[in-house]
Amino acid sequence: MVQGRQGQRVRLYVRGTILGYKRSKSNQYEGTSLLQVEGVNTKEDVSYYAGKRIAYVYKAKTKSSGTTVRCIWGKVTRPHGNSGVVRARFRSNLPATSMGKKVRVFMYPSSTFFAYSI
Amino acid sequence: MAPMSKMALGIKRASRSHTYHRRGLWAIKAKHGGAFPKAEKPAAVAEPKFYPADDVKPRTVSTRKPHPTKLRSTITPGTVLILLAGRYMGKRVVFLKQLKSGLLLITGPFKINGVPIRRVNQTYVIATSTKVDISKVNVQKFDDKYFAREKKTRAKKTEGELFESEKEATKNLPDFKKDDQKVIDAELIKAIVAVPDLKNYLGARFSLRDGDKPHEMTF
Repeated sequence: MVQGRQGQRVRLYVRGTILGYKRSKSNQYEGTSLLQVEGVNTKEDVSYYAGKRIAYVYKAKTKSSGTTVRCIWGKVTRPHGNSGVVRARFRSNLPATSMGKKVRVFMYPSSTFFAYSI
Repeated sequence: MAPMSKMALGIKRASRSHTYHRRGLWAIKAKHGGAFPKAEKPAAVAEPKFYPADDVKPRTVSTRKPHPTKLRSTITPGTVLILLAGRYMGKRVVFLKQLKSGLLLITGPFKINGVPIRRVNQTYVIATSTKVDISKVNVQKFDDKYFAREKKTRAKKTEGELFESEKEATKNLPDFKKDDQKVIDAELIKAIVAVPDLKNYLGARFSLRDGDKPHEMTF
């Protein structure tokens, strides 16, 4: 059996909230999701997060590969507007039920090359 | 070479001899004794006896060599790194050198925070401004081969053994690797202890707390 994590809890991701899809008045584009990352309030702040990996972690009823916890991976693509909202793409589009749920925005890939300049 | 411009229809601005001189081919010729240098061609393969039935061209072998991985400028030998993912995430470790594959050779040191000598990708690492003096540490013996997985040799089984369950091989780290770790740790810890608080710093894990903003942090 795999041992659980012991000792100090280490969080190396920033929490974010799924706001919805990119959309216009009557269309929505499920390929791009909008996220609000904690503590990010300006377009300039987003430059650090561009390219960073995101995980939407959720629980399902049935076990798959030995666990009920599942994950959809994605990455931050660019800012959306001026108030720090972030556009992101996921490997498979996020389900509609994920709106309002939390995502983890990781601190990797760590590099300066991915920085999105405005 | 500058583009040829025409003065009028049929009259070029630069004469033939002028262009010849300017192109500098004569210099190359002179350098090689009056003839252009020729790349040596590999010996021609004997022509097949029959015309190939399929019109499929053989693939040309790619001669492209990947560029070596650039090391981030903030990472220099002795830099303290924070691991961002994997088993040792949050641990502060010491960077020893970059290996040929582009991966970073790091160690905890093991004695202080339990991170053994290992390789990590620099995208999963934050470079801090803290540095350890590792001039006394000899890391010459470490290369990518050192970390290669041992090849399993499968012995043929006799009929009796065929139905026996495979015996679990011991997964212990070979002794020579343990010794290498000790040698590295000994020198490294000397350098770490010399700096106040550094040992505790390396022993402590990095973690985000509520309200922390990594985009505003300097490491």
